Amino acid sequence: MNTLYDRLSPVVRNLPPSGIRRFFDLASQMQDVISLGVGEPDFVTPWHVREACMYSLEQGYTTYTPNRGLPELCVEIAKYLTKFGLAYDPAGEILVTVGGSEAIDLALRALVCPGDEVIIPVPTYVSYKPCALLAGAEVVEVPTYAEHGFRLTAEALERAISPRSKVLVLCFPNNPTGAVMERADLEAIADVALRHDLFVVSDEIYAELTYGGHHVSIAALPGMRDRTVVVSGMSKAYAMTGWRIGYAAGPEYVISAMLKIHQYTIMCAPHMAQRAALEALRNGDSERDRMVESYDRRRKLIVAGLNEIGLPCHEPRGAFYAFPDIRPTGLTSEQFAERLLLEQGVAVVPGNVFGDPGEGFVRCSYATSVELIEEALRRMRAFVQNLSYHPVR
Amino acid sequence: MNDALRLKICDLLHENAKLSPETIARMLGETPDVIEATIRQLEEEKVILRYSAVVNWEKLPVNQVTAVIDVKVLPQREVGFDAIARKIYRFDEVKSVALMSGGYDLQVTVVGRDIREVSRFVSEKLATLENVTSTATHFLLKTYKSDGVIYDDTDGERRLMITP
Repeated sequence: MNTLYDRLSPVVRNLPPSGIRRFFDLASQMQDVISLGVGEPDFVTPWHVREACMYSLEQGYTTYTPNRGLPELCVEIAKYLTKFGLAYDPAGEILVTVGGSEAIDLALRALVCPGDEVIIPVPTYVSYKPCALLAGAEVVEVPTYAEHGFRLTAEALERAISPRSKVLVLCFPNNPTGAVMERADLEAIADVALRHDLFVVSDEIYAELTYGGHHVSIAALPGMRDRTVVVSGMSKAYAMTGWRIGYAAGPEYVISAMLKIHQYTIMCAPHMAQRAALEALRNGDSERDRMVESYDRRRKLIVAGLNEIGLPCHEPRGAFYAFPDIRPTGLTSEQFAERLLLEQGVAVVPGNVFGDPGEGFVRCSYATSVELIEEALRRMRAFVQNLSYHPVR
Repeated sequence: MNDALRLKICDLLHENAKLSPETIARMLGETPDVIEATIRQLEEEKVILRYSAVVNWEKLPVNQVTAVIDVKVLPQREVGFDAIARKIYRFDEVKSVALMSGGYDLQVTVVGRDIREVSRFVSEKLATLENVTSTATHFLLKTYKSDGVIYDDTDGERRLMITP
């Protein structure tokens, strides 16, 4: 049967729908649900940033901006990135995008030729694979494991290399595992990338949300700057998810190529949101640091609580997710998440939606109030205890 | 004594005095014993003076008037402003007293049942104190935010239930 649907692009037809969708629909119909399933800050954007946006509207900043973004915003971004030892020319090596998401899409589209292999360590954020597929790439997933704190090892990466390997996508601090890569870990990865001539797209959107250590960018390691696109944005660090302001920083030849796609498809990121981002970068450090400290306290609270319940949880050193091991319950991730939602009204995200090695884990966001985290932990304890009285199978 | 820990505990309790020592211990990566001992010490040293609720009295059926009074005084030899401040804060009607820089010296907050009661306090008790040279009384009409708490906060949960 040759329907109109069949005439859609096969690449798009074959993209799997987001694994989160079903849970979202289920949870949305229920009352009294505590959601640990939200992948964004629980803070409203700081008022001075919102106020700056309103002022920009009063001033009539409602026009297009230059394609690559407001020049003064590019300057602030370049200045900001120096804290990670990164030096980029704001006039040619920075591109302001519609969220980090656009930057990821642009980078992959600029770098990938049809048939190239894009290597993605999993579990990870759900967008890289579809973006790579849409860019015409073959995707090669590399598993990371709880035993290694969900870090990518050089050995695992090496095993995934083929003559067609082109791009490595890194997401550290990681969504959903909270894993971070320290300098030595990244040096080993950089060594592999240099030997096999890989590009790296490094999504560092959670860079500010690291606990007990400072974020290291792979682009700051010797030899990596010319082959790395750093992707970041305002969403997580400044509680600005809805504003959709992200950016890419990289060598001029890649940024120029990305700029070409951006200028034809997007034109520019929203002007007033860029004005808000400018304010956040110029005057938002203390609010940002206050939010990070607050996440850190809740992080410790939820990790201690999950371990006490009997759901072993490695220490997530970044982002705002705990990724406990639910295998002691004998349930799959999907069963665990669905039954926990239906029986106790707590929403978590099954780990397998972030890639096969996420099976056996669930993602719990701790970007929610202390009271709700404690109540969620009480309900999860009841759920797990109830399971042990009524074992599966 | 661990100043950083003391500061963090006070910060958390100031935000929410109902947090249990167990919760605080988890949030700060300490044992409940350490937290309990530190809190006890903070109480003994009168760093933590009291645990109280922030109440929006406007939502309760009470008749209550609050006045903020700017008080100018003549500082006294040896004791400066402290002696006169002490005389003022001992009145039960007085809820707060602070020494200010600028156009007046003491800022005094007084709560009474009605305007007459507050007026009587100011004219008969406060203004007649030795060394008080002038008072300016401002009646409080509405509290919007106090000690970091917005009274009519409409910020609710606006996030989607589950996002990637």
